[in-house]
Amino acid sequence: MNWSTWIPLMVVTSSLLPGLIIFGLAEDKVRLRTVLNLVGALVKVALVGLMFWGVMHGHHYETRLTLLPDLDLVLRAGPLSLLFVALSAGLWLVTTVYAIGYLEGSPHRSRFFGFFSLCVTATVGVALAGNLITFLIFYELLTLATYPLVVHRGTEVARRAGKTYLAYTIFGGALLMLGTVWLYTLTGTLEFTPRGFLAGLGDEHRLALTAIFVLLIAGLGVKAALVPFHGWLPQAMVAPAPVSALLHAVAVVKAGAFGIVRVVYDVFGVEFSEGLGVTKPLVWLAAFTIIYGSLRALFQDDLKRRLAFSTVSQVSYIALGVAIAGPIAAIGGMVHLVHQGLMKITLFFCAGNLAETLGIHQVSEMSGVGRRMPWTMAAFTVGAFGMIGAPPIAGFVSKWHLGLGALDKGQDWVVLVLAGSSLLNAAYFLPILYVAWFREPPDTWPEERDFGQKETALALLLPPLLTAAMAVGAGLLASLPFSPLAWAKLIAEREFYLP
Amino acid sequence: MEPATAASNWGVAIILLPLAGALLAFLFRRAATRIGIGAAVATSLAAAALARTVIRDGTMHHAVGGWGAPLGIDLRADGLSVLMLIMTATVGLAISLYAPAYFRGESRKPEQFWPLWLFLWTGLNALFLSADIFNLYVTLELLGLAAVALTALSGRADALTGAMRYLLATLLGSLAYLLGVALLYHGFGSVDIAVLAERVEATPVVWTALGLMCAGLLLKTALFPLHFWLPPAHSSAPVPVSALLSALVVKASFYILLRLWLEIFAPLVGDGVGELLGLLGAGAVLWGSIQALRQTRLKMLIAYSTVAQLGYFFLAFPLAVAAGVTAWSAAAYLALSHALAKAAMFLAAGNLIRFGGHDRIADLDRVVQRLPLTVGAFALAGVSSMGLPPSGGFIGKWLLLEAAIAQGRWDLVGVMFLGGLLVAAYIFKVLGYAFTQANVLHESRAVPASMEWAALLLAIGAILLGFMASPVLALLGVGDPFNAVETMG
Repeated sequence: MNWSTWIPLMVVTSSLLPGLIIFGLAEDKVRLRTVLNLVGALVKVALVGLMFWGVMHGHHYETRLTLLPDLDLVLRAGPLSLLFVALSAGLWLVTTVYAIGYLEGSPHRSRFFGFFSLCVTATVGVALAGNLITFLIFYELLTLATYPLVVHRGTEVARRAGKTYLAYTIFGGALLMLGTVWLYTLTGTLEFTPRGFLAGLGDEHRLALTAIFVLLIAGLGVKAALVPFHGWLPQAMVAPAPVSALLHAVAVVKAGAFGIVRVVYDVFGVEFSEGLGVTKPLVWLAAFTIIYGSLRALFQDDLKRRLAFSTVSQVSYIALGVAIAGPIAAIGGMVHLVHQGLMKITLFFCAGNLAETLGIHQVSEMSGVGRRMPWTMAAFTVGAFGMIGAPPIAGFVSKWHLGLGALDKGQDWVVLVLAGSSLLNAAYFLPILYVAWFREPPDTWPEERDFGQKETALALLLPPLLTAAMAVGAGLLASLPFSPLAWAKLIAEREFYLP
Repeated sequence: MEPATAASNWGVAIILLPLAGALLAFLFRRAATRIGIGAAVATSLAAAALARTVIRDGTMHHAVGGWGAPLGIDLRADGLSVLMLIMTATVGLAISLYAPAYFRGESRKPEQFWPLWLFLWTGLNALFLSADIFNLYVTLELLGLAAVALTALSGRADALTGAMRYLLATLLGSLAYLLGVALLYHGFGSVDIAVLAERVEATPVVWTALGLMCAGLLLKTALFPLHFWLPPAHSSAPVPVSALLSALVVKASFYILLRLWLEIFAPLVGDGVGELLGLLGAGAVLWGSIQALRQTRLKMLIAYSTVAQLGYFFLAFPLAVAAGVTAWSAAAYLALSHALAKAAMFLAAGNLIRFGGHDRIADLDRVVQRLPLTVGAFALAGVSSMGLPPSGGFIGKWLLLEAAIAQGRWDLVGVMFLGGLLVAAYIFKVLGYAFTQANVLHESRAVPASMEWAALLLAIGAILLGFMASPVLALLGVGDPFNAVETMG
């Protein structure tokens, strides 16, 4: 018994415990709640940092608890887990700061932050899960923890959005559970293994395995918003801005995308999946989703909805990178997990700032907003160019590797998809930038709040600036050790293509 | 006379303690509440002590008064019995915590409630410990009468109608069961389960007896389509009574059926009857869930949810043919989780009724903010009912799915899949309205903390069961109640 067996569990509890305490706090205990939130977030970041250092030096972190007689609840920190944990822990810290500023003075904050913490707990659990049943448990917990956040405002619209959200995610969860149990009856194990654990199964199981693959990917595709399972995402936009940010950048959609990575690489194994013939259709589906999401985004006037459809498109880059089934594309997909998170959270923070400060919700209301809120729009611009894939911002690095990876595997048509997607991204982001920076501002804003000399509250402004800077940094410094790209390469070497 | 072991003492105590409590509460009416709580705590402690000794020493056998079978009464406690006793004690304790605040201020209710409830608890404990089919009949009848009286406790018209239907159903069920017992005793000269298991053979008389006993028990368990009496009775009873009816009483007849099936019926009847039970179970899951979804009143919704959840237990019968231990463990685990979750739901519903004065789902009116503990209890209990992790319901559903998929029973897999989605639909229907504002404003009354906590603790128990699979399954292995079938089947 030593420390390293408990650190993964501590990473999970570092947000669970504050969350449970916060539920019991009275509404007016603002300071104590803030302290609990921030301490939890900082402890988590510190623990993740420690595990990073440890894994670099070859340490092993694993918590194992008995769940059923021959199935364990396993939390393990491998390179791939750490990529996602680091993203979650880092962005949770930033989003917590943002949410404290955003919700200042609004009702039901104890409930909000309680579920907010549970949500991150679930995400971290998804990231650290060492086998499929642990993954499933946290994946379902994530559904349950996000529901109260979606319906947080308690309006009729929110209730309906919550209903749609659940209709999709509960269905997806049920598919995932079915696939998991089925797999377990065939293999007797669910432990994530580099190159998968199915190689020993004979040819007579090919049909069953294909069906299981479809079940698992469909179940995960709901959260990853793969077409045709994307319908919940734009509707869930009624949630408060920090929730949208978290849903889109870190928690929900990423849990789905991350699950797809796990299934392809650590359950089926990439060679086995290719042999089974299931990766090709996944490439097509991902490519279709990329184009479809971008097309839909073109026609949205509501800013958050436009961003939502953009998410539908962008998250599928990860699935695409995985399904191409080559090392370089995998690196592109992996690194996009982080890059998309940084860029999209920036965009949602900015959208929240516009709504909170000026009451702007529509793209058509944004004329000249760049003069009124230059810093916010600067961060937004960075995020938007990143999404388009302009160097040196992080998005370029992802797309570059995805394109190279596709060529490497002889799937040249994917490059066309990427190029088309970039064009479409430009077509729905550049008009926003043009309107915001070059049009004349109106005489009055829809609903302006006064912040004196500053353009908005500091707690709202700093988070997007920080994440925008990180998005630039991740692109500029991609070749340094510890950049997301370097880590993605390490994952590919150590986990996916282990000799 | 065989020496009395520690386990036997606890086994007798667990029956005598609530019985003594019932008598004392009946005699000293003004102290009924205090006596009741004392008896509940003592009984629960005895159950815990019995569980400890059984886990340590194995199955308990006790011949009451030293007269063994075939003349005397035999008590037996293996893992399954102990699990049921623990379940009863847990739910019973929570209800005993809830009831004083619930009945406070009502003049005669506490003194009627406590003797009946403790008497019912006596019946339950005796039933789970009985080792012969006649003794099972006696306890079943006591249980049924106490339950009917409790249902009618409020004296309102709907409660009396519900209780009357319940009385007819329960008497008819017991009568059918008793006829079966008489036929078996006549044919084989014993009522002891173990003795009968050795002697019975497939003759027409035995078939008739088994048919009668099965039908009676199914009626009492309210398996679809014999569930007609359950929703009105369970929804019109006072809330603590609804909770114990749904959580415990229907489990008692299911337990008898399971025992008889495992030890007497299964080797005789072949696969057909099991298939039929599975089919009815599937019907219950789907029909009960759809009915629950259609309800506009919370208590009715919960009552129909019981009809649906009972169906899951019966899915184990066809699956047990090839995967006995897994399927039966799943059923036992589901029964245990359902007891905690369903009691929590009814108690939570009681709090909502106390708070708003009604149980119309669409008018719950922001209770999530105003009664967070109660809504939390309902939500956690709902999670377990849906079979979502982490919860006892998840473990049970996992085991049942595992058994179904391993045997390629895709029909049952489909039922479980659909059933889970329907539960989610009706639970979240309630939770969604807990967030919104109602059109009409109601006056609200304060809800005592003990009522909120009783519901929440039970719900938390249902969640914690999700992490206790190993010890619970180990307990179920004591005395090997399930393996018998596997070797023969």
